[in-house]
Amino acid sequence: MNVLAKIFVTLKDSVLDPQGKAVTHALHALKYGAVSDVRIGKYMEVTLSANSLDDADRLVRGMCDELLTNPVIEKFTFELMEVSQ
Amino acid sequence: MKTAVLQFPGSNCDIDALKALHHTVDTMAELVWHTTTDLSSYDLIVVPGGFSYGDYLRAGAIARFSPVLKAVQEAAARGRYILGICNGFQILTEAGLLPGALRRNESLQFRCEISQLVVANGHTAFTSEYTENEIINIPIAHGEGNYYVDDETKKALQERGQIVFRYVSEHNPNGSVDGIAGVINERGNVLGMMPHPERAVSKRLGSEDGLRLFASILKSWRGTHVLH
Amino acid sequence: MSYTEPTAGEIKEQRIYRTFGVTDEEFARVTELLGRLPNYVEIGVFSVMWSEHCSYKSSRRVLRRFPTSGPQVLQGPGENAGIVDIGDGQAVVFKIESHNHPTAIEPYQGAATGVGGIIRDIFTMGARPVALLNSLRFGPLDDAHNRYLFSHSVAGIGGYGNCIGIPTVGGEVYFDDSYTHNPLVNAMCVGIIEQAKIARGSASGVGNPVLVVGAKTGRDGIHGATFASAQDPHAKERSAVQVGDPFMEKLLLEACLELIETGKVVGIQDMGAAGLTSSSAEMASRAGSGLTLDVSRVPCRETGMSPYEIMLSESQERMLVVMQKGEEAIAFSIFEKWGLEATVIGQVTDDGMLRIVEGGKVAGEMPVTALVDEAPVLERPSAVPAYLSQLLPAPTSLPDGPSHEDALMHLLAKPTIASKEWVYDQYDSMVRTETFVRPGSDAAIVGVPGTNKALGMVTDGNGRYVYLDPYAGGAWAVAEAARNLVCSGARPLAVTDCLNYGNPEKPEIFYQFERSADGISEACLTFGTPVISGNVSLYNESLGQDIYPTPVIGMIGLMDDAGMITPSSFTNPGHILYVLGDIAAPLQDGLGGSEYLAEFLPEGVLAYKLPHLDLGTEKAVQDACYQLIQQGVVNAAHDVSDGGLLVALAESAIQGNIGVRVEVPQEVRDEALAALLFGESPSRIVIEVASDRSADVERVAQQLGIPCARLGVVTDELRFSVMANGSKVVDMAIGDLRSAWQGAIASWMN
Repeated sequence: MNVLAKIFVTLKDSVLDPQGKAVTHALHALKYGAVSDVRIGKYMEVTLSANSLDDADRLVRGMCDELLTNPVIEKFTFELMEVSQ
Repeated sequence: MKTAVLQFPGSNCDIDALKALHHTVDTMAELVWHTTTDLSSYDLIVVPGGFSYGDYLRAGAIARFSPVLKAVQEAAARGRYILGICNGFQILTEAGLLPGALRRNESLQFRCEISQLVVANGHTAFTSEYTENEIINIPIAHGEGNYYVDDETKKALQERGQIVFRYVSEHNPNGSVDGIAGVINERGNVLGMMPHPERAVSKRLGSEDGLRLFASILKSWRGTHVLH
Repeated sequence: MSYTEPTAGEIKEQRIYRTFGVTDEEFARVTELLGRLPNYVEIGVFSVMWSEHCSYKSSRRVLRRFPTSGPQVLQGPGENAGIVDIGDGQAVVFKIESHNHPTAIEPYQGAATGVGGIIRDIFTMGARPVALLNSLRFGPLDDAHNRYLFSHSVAGIGGYGNCIGIPTVGGEVYFDDSYTHNPLVNAMCVGIIEQAKIARGSASGVGNPVLVVGAKTGRDGIHGATFASAQDPHAKERSAVQVGDPFMEKLLLEACLELIETGKVVGIQDMGAAGLTSSSAEMASRAGSGLTLDVSRVPCRETGMSPYEIMLSESQERMLVVMQKGEEAIAFSIFEKWGLEATVIGQVTDDGMLRIVEGGKVAGEMPVTALVDEAPVLERPSAVPAYLSQLLPAPTSLPDGPSHEDALMHLLAKPTIASKEWVYDQYDSMVRTETFVRPGSDAAIVGVPGTNKALGMVTDGNGRYVYLDPYAGGAWAVAEAARNLVCSGARPLAVTDCLNYGNPEKPEIFYQFERSADGISEACLTFGTPVISGNVSLYNESLGQDIYPTPVIGMIGLMDDAGMITPSSFTNPGHILYVLGDIAAPLQDGLGGSEYLAEFLPEGVLAYKLPHLDLGTEKAVQDACYQLIQQGVVNAAHDVSDGGLLVALAESAIQGNIGVRVEVPQEVRDEALAALLFGESPSRIVIEVASDRSADVERVAQQLGIPCARLGVVTDELRFSVMANGSKVVDMAIGDLRSAWQGAIASWMN
């Protein structure tokens, strides 16, 4: 099966996000005082073939651990969906 | 002493490092392409600055999977000296040879200037020619040099003297934790630093303070290779 | 593959060619040259080849007036970049180019791809790029959109140059309303080459294979060349902006230099504006040959691209290479090592035709001469703008002008004058470890590897001056560039120019262009610095407002001994300060064109005449400075320019972190003092010399027949003190001046 993985990478909560901080300030300046925090991350779309969604889950977790994120500062979540060829 | 200066696609301080080595301590230094798998003949391996693989994904993230990195791991295990400068430091942290990670500068801007460093540990193989707590001038040029370690690791690094260089406290250029500019591994043979010692080797370049880093390595190597 | 394109008949009947910017007359001419109606690909190719950007149709007649030859010139205009001899079998290769319109639309990518393009022009010649400079113009920083354009352009320039590993060593930044929403980004690249290894953009040798190397081709930037010449880039879609990949270009740079080194390359050319179309036509034109290209072999990033799209794509980081027949494998293996594609897409022919085939089918066929040599040359009407005859003699002071201390503080904090640290700290200025003088001095100095020689490099141009006096303003830009080089210890060699103007269809704008080009020509003759390369950018207007006529001069100088580098910052307490040239010139010239007027009488700055520039005097002042530096007399030299004498003195004191005590060496009416302190009369240089070398200064000045005035001393007090007519007119702490000057731009941006 063909699987699309939507991967979201963000900085760990304990790690300062200077970009998010700058955007928070900018939003406050634009009268969006309601904003209390912005965290900026990366979004990736990976298309892969797998035997099952479980199999895809294992593969995607592996690539996130190994390459797509740096576990010292980043964390990730992902969504999987079957797509047509 | 025989030195390899590694070349990845996108390295751009490789020639500078080679020139600095030739100029200072090691006329045998040579460039080594990233597909090489054997570094056993080298005493010092320099992982130079630049933008390996365009710094895409994260600085150093793709280079750490180059074939040569396995050889670097082996050389480190054998106690050979390894010096990662700027992008080289990023590669070494991504590869797990050094603790911590380099984040985007707090200013979100690339920054190039001659920075003042404090030699926080003057007793390593890379810094013995400096005086501890001496202030030296070494250029920086990076957009992702904001060093991060969690508190616990930081404490451990402090206790074991693994923090080798700090930015002078009033001029932390990138937001690094504890002003850390360079760290060494526990064994003391792998140093990573954001500043560029190879850019501080003559008065015309604005500073000669990088010379003693290379001289320190040569001295350390001689200390263990008296019969050469 | 199938795509519906208008037929040749429809293109004519529905005047579809007009949407490409082709006029009715030009279409008729194309039809005549082909002997039939052009099809869709062909009219697309003609439209870009005959666009202002590629054909220089408005400017060509004017450009012919530039002096372009000299004993030092190895390659003048007409190639990818010009080349100048620097001795010992080496040469310097350089060129400046604009990327104004793309930057106005998408500043990060626009500026970045401007840098990428000019770098390719340099390594195409076989040269190793060693330095970048940027000449930038933006609207005032109190406008949020101007700040956006400025900060993103700077980030884009840094993003590209830093990644590819070429130091950005110099340039200039001006802020003026004239550039609001129409920024100028002019990028210059300098390379060094062994003369024996010069490569050229020529497609010769029947049967030699033609290769596309580097990045894949996508639909980006189609019609960028015509877009660069369009009046209102904002009305165009953003899709015409290309995205740069400096990593790809780094690999391409290394691969191309390695390939050229083999000696098996016949010709090589960057695919810049108008991509495959202009690169192929120009290479064939230079060799008097023809080319057959099979577009179905071009590696594409997107599917279903038509011949039209492939020919006109402006995807970045690609080159067209002609190899010696049978040597293709060398290219394949070198490019494979660098992880890049190299694909044979056609061959050189002898029939003078640019023939585009798709598989077995001919998609278009045009004589190369029709595309290149027959491109229209326009006789644009020229008319003296009315404002020029209405300019008044400039005042020497303002009725309710500020105190001299206030004036100095305000001027130092003006973004145009203030420290550009906020900009250049974002650029890697030191990579390659040959940068001996970093940004912030009069000129950047870069060492020539393996020798004791060094190159001085600058960009200069003041649009307001050119507006006030096109002829003198053009000459002034050259004079100032040369003066900056001389102050740093370098001998001016040659010029590259980037000519930025408004809409040339307006006769007044065309007059500005023509007259300033004449001024540039005369000054280039005076300084012995021929124009060896350059670029023209017209239609710089937005919201109906034309920019100031802004020719930017990039100049290279040579230092035989890098030990002669002279700083612009003062060095030693007790040393004497002199002004070479006529310190009192502003008493006649007034404050015309000055930053002082722009700051304190903004509505009047365009009402008064520009100070007088005499090229003979200018040359003599520069010769005096150069001789004194060569004799080892000068410890520091800084030219008097934007902001006038006091700003020049303050900049040198701040950068040296040292005090200054000077006295105006003659009686001056109080009403004229502002002009003497802040007027911008040219041909003046402040120098610092040891007290026992005073006689040398006076002797050389006398020999060259120029005035020189002893101004005062450098002190260790860290105060900036100025006496005039027996009383103190300025007495300030250097630290205060520094804070005004150093943090001004950052305070707008952070």
